[in-house]
Amino acid sequence: MNQLTNSFRNQPDERGHFGDYGGRFVAETLMPLILELEREYRAAQADPAFTAEFDGLLEHYVGRPSPLYFAERLTQSLGGAQVWFKRDELNHTGAHKINNCIGQILLAIRMGKTRIIAETGAGQHGVATATVCARFGLPCVIYMGATDVARQQPNVFRMKLLGAEVVPVTSGRGTLKDAMNEGLRDWVANVHDTFYIIGTAAGPHPYPEMVRDFQSVIGREARAQMLDRIGRLPDLLVAAIGGGSNALGLFHPFLDDPDIKMLGVEAAGRGLHGEEHAASLLGGSPGILHGNRTYLLQDADGQITEGHSISAGLDYPGIGPEHAWLKDTGRVEYTAVTDQEALEAFQLLCRTEGIIPALEPSHAIYAVAQRAKAMPKDSVILANLCGRGDKDIFTVAEALGVEM
Amino acid sequence: MTRLSSAFAKPHPALVTFITAGDGDTAANLDALVEGGADVIELGMPFTDPMADGKAIQEANIRSLGAGTTTAEVLRIAAAFRARHPQVPLVLMGYANPMVRRGAEWFAAECAKAGVDGVICVDIPPEEDDALGPALRAHGIAPIRLATPTTDRARLPQVLAGSQGFLYYVSVAGITGSQQATKQSIADAVKRLKDTTNLPVAVGFGVRTAQQAAGIAQVADGVVVGSALVELVGQHGDSAPEHLRRLTQGLAQAVHSAQRVPA
Repeated sequence: MNQLTNSFRNQPDERGHFGDYGGRFVAETLMPLILELEREYRAAQADPAFTAEFDGLLEHYVGRPSPLYFAERLTQSLGGAQVWFKRDELNHTGAHKINNCIGQILLAIRMGKTRIIAETGAGQHGVATATVCARFGLPCVIYMGATDVARQQPNVFRMKLLGAEVVPVTSGRGTLKDAMNEGLRDWVANVHDTFYIIGTAAGPHPYPEMVRDFQSVIGREARAQMLDRIGRLPDLLVAAIGGGSNALGLFHPFLDDPDIKMLGVEAAGRGLHGEEHAASLLGGSPGILHGNRTYLLQDADGQITEGHSISAGLDYPGIGPEHAWLKDTGRVEYTAVTDQEALEAFQLLCRTEGIIPALEPSHAIYAVAQRAKAMPKDSVILANLCGRGDKDIFTVAEALGVEM
Repeated sequence: MTRLSSAFAKPHPALVTFITAGDGDTAANLDALVEGGADVIELGMPFTDPMADGKAIQEANIRSLGAGTTTAEVLRIAAAFRARHPQVPLVLMGYANPMVRRGAEWFAAECAKAGVDGVICVDIPPEEDDALGPALRAHGIAPIRLATPTTDRARLPQVLAGSQGFLYYVSVAGITGSQQATKQSIADAVKRLKDTTNLPVAVGFGVRTAQQAAGIAQVADGVVVGSALVELVGQHGDSAPEHLRRLTQGLAQAVHSAQRVPA
């Protein structure tokens, strides 16, 4: 054992490893660039002007701090623990993704990069990236799987309105991982002027650390708000996990509070027993993809298999490497929720609280409901409501057999 | 002398040819490359997510996996090639995940058993060498590294440390099948590399014609051709061998007869 185990908050090591996970598994062409990115990120972290600009934009452009909300009727209907929500769905662009995009575009500008690329699955990260590109006047190319383009038309149109070029990716099955491959291909050919804004806490070091840091504003605010509102910290934190950035954003500032339990909720799709799920941690195994070693959905030969989830934002065959490490250390518990269960929770929140959640946090809400019922009334659950559900109403209608 | 060092010790520059394993009749395709005059064979291990490859090799990966190619099959293809061609160096090229799936030690041992001489892993840079490099070296398999236009002078020693076989210079910052770099920029880069290492330097990415190959062979120890051959496999299926042989013959003639231009 080394001294690092005294804290869960000082990962990764200097090579970008979280225990056995993470690292920098990229083509040589990209290595010098990600080393430079790391140097610039360290410099930015130490620069009060960078922090001030980041904080200012979060306050005045994104609308932070996001509210901390006591879900009174939901709590009553469950009859157990008090349920609180961190309302990151009220951010500009309707999800937590924008926090990270603000941080990364400031870094891109600092590095003198003049062109932005990104991948997107459901389109939330694409919209957030297109938004900050418009805000700072930088050209923006978004890679999006052709399948996702078809099922997320409103977000495609939003990105175009914001001035981004949306490139449908037809390789593979045309989903998020294929979009990420295409983003990496673009980047490797345009390293001199292009910055790749990765949307989740995955990819080669320093992305997992950097994205986590930019998203940690969620947990820092929540911590202060909890103390302010009820004079204590929550007993359990819950968040949905695709790549895992909203969960890390909430969890990270609490990792060294030993009494606070944490639950990450993966997408079980049509069930963990088959292959139609996107639960890399519970249904996958360690491997190397997209720049990092982490849990992956893969076959015996290391070929990547396609995840499935009703939520396009969770439909990725990998997971951020810090989650892989937090799972192995046991600090965070992970569970999975099916499409059907997420749909139930989606409707529950609509009707009890007047909030239409995205399908991603609907997975977390289902797990919250299960846990709350089994916990005493004086205990407190805090869940991250990481996105609003407007984008998902067509998917939900279809799943419920409603014609629109 | 190893098979690889012998190939680069010939009196002429080496032609290095790439095709994807499991795409078409791989044994017949490999034989055509050898008959055409290839000095080193790179055999691509198919992967679902070939993120450093352009369209031609992406499609070859999809065709191969679609045909049900497994890691065991790739190793069988390699072992059968070794039995037919005891002297021709064979290098496996691919991505990290299929290579480390059963452990680096397992993979290195299987490569050694199959008579593989070297391994090029696109997404294991020197910083992550311990994921595969030590196992390969322990089994006498050369870890062949890539240097690129972005590999600067300060970084080069790190790339060379632990490299064996030859150094693969990727002449353009981009994916396979990209447009070719200018001859002058390649000449400058190769000189820079050869000032620092005694390893042979082979140049690839974007080399399609005998004329281009001849130009590179004037300044480098080897010329790598991949996408142009892989496209022939895609276009001609079972009749690919005769097309591969013809293109390889033209390339080999150009490369082997190139007059070295002192840098």
